[in-house]
Amino acid sequence: MPLSHHLLIFLGAIFTHNLALTYILGMCPLIALSGHLKTAFGMGLAVITVMLFTALFNWPLYHLLLKPADASYISYIVFILIIAGTVQLLEIIIENFFPRLQNAFGIYLPLITVNCTILAISLFIVLRDYSFSETLIFSLGSGVGWTLALLIIAAIKEKLSLQSDVPSGLQGAGITLIIAGILAMVFLGFTGMMKIQ
Amino acid sequence: MKWKKIAYTRSGRIFINGLWKDNPVTCMVLGICSVLAITNRLDNTLAMSAGVIFVMVTTSLLVSWLRSFIPVRLRILTFMLIISTFVICVDLFLKAFFPEISRTLGPYVGLIITNCIILGRAESFASKNKALYAFLDALAVGLGYAYILIIIALIRELLAYGTIFNYPLLPSFFPKMDVLGMAPGAFFVLAIVLWIYRTLQARKHPKKSSDQG
Repeated sequence: MPLSHHLLIFLGAIFTHNLALTYILGMCPLIALSGHLKTAFGMGLAVITVMLFTALFNWPLYHLLLKPADASYISYIVFILIIAGTVQLLEIIIENFFPRLQNAFGIYLPLITVNCTILAISLFIVLRDYSFSETLIFSLGSGVGWTLALLIIAAIKEKLSLQSDVPSGLQGAGITLIIAGILAMVFLGFTGMMKIQ
Repeated sequence: MKWKKIAYTRSGRIFINGLWKDNPVTCMVLGICSVLAITNRLDNTLAMSAGVIFVMVTTSLLVSWLRSFIPVRLRILTFMLIISTFVICVDLFLKAFFPEISRTLGPYVGLIITNCIILGRAESFASKNKALYAFLDALAVGLGYAYILIIIALIRELLAYGTIFNYPLLPSFFPKMDVLGMAPGAFFVLAIVLWIYRTLQARKHPKKSSDQG
């Protein structure tokens, strides 16, 4: 049961409960950074990394410290501090030890503190009462799912910019939203295949 | 005529900018996660807009009062702390008085913290201006955010469920477009609102048209 259960959470987080297309989270970077496939890939990698690490820190903090102390109402402050701290820490580590990664996704890290997907993951794991292993799988799957959506949109937009005539009022954000809407309809097709909660 | 004069005072300009010219949703396309996610019902939308306006006004006021004490390097962190404190107030208030709405909004109340509009106004306006103007600016931008949300929610709730405030309005033979109540509908309705706004804007200021690709 446990293994297939975890696999279900992973796939569910990617397809049926996609962060970007079902919960509509992380839209600001999705609109701003989906112009080129390369930038989109860098941002996606950064989001996956930060998501995994913050979930890794926030779960024990909530379940071992905040909940026993009956202080779960300050969890927002704690989560946002942990997220800001993690982002800073990752920035320093990447700058000093993995300079090659710096160009790939290090430059997108500062933007992530205000990316709502990261905070959303921490809130979801509290709301749904995930165990630690479930949390890890869920955050990894969510990050991958968000990145998948970003990459698909970026690829479509790259093609679109070459060979299409978008009305001037719809250029930029408007057409991105419409692409995202069509993609969201595609992803609606996955619902009912599996259920996570 | 008096109305026209008001538009040229500083407070008047702040208001017009927030409501129309630099509208946070349609012009800057910021903080639209919650715009899209919670606008399928009007009551959720009103609760959310009230929450955002409250957090925005209080944050801007506090940031403006404290602006000479906040160290420059730590300012983003300080803003985040202030914002999350007020979001906790909103969350506890909703949990205590409107448990139903609090449950349907779920994580989106907490996500007001990462709504970039609030941080953006604190950073670009409140930290540089007097409290009165910071207050007016936050109120204007908050209202600008709220009315776009309400327009979108009206369209979506009416067409998806045939109701307004859960009160049935459309005759029963009218087809209900379920998809508008779900995520794709949110994207489409916002795209159309954006399109209308940008077209009107472009007609007024022909030079300043599209933004980043």
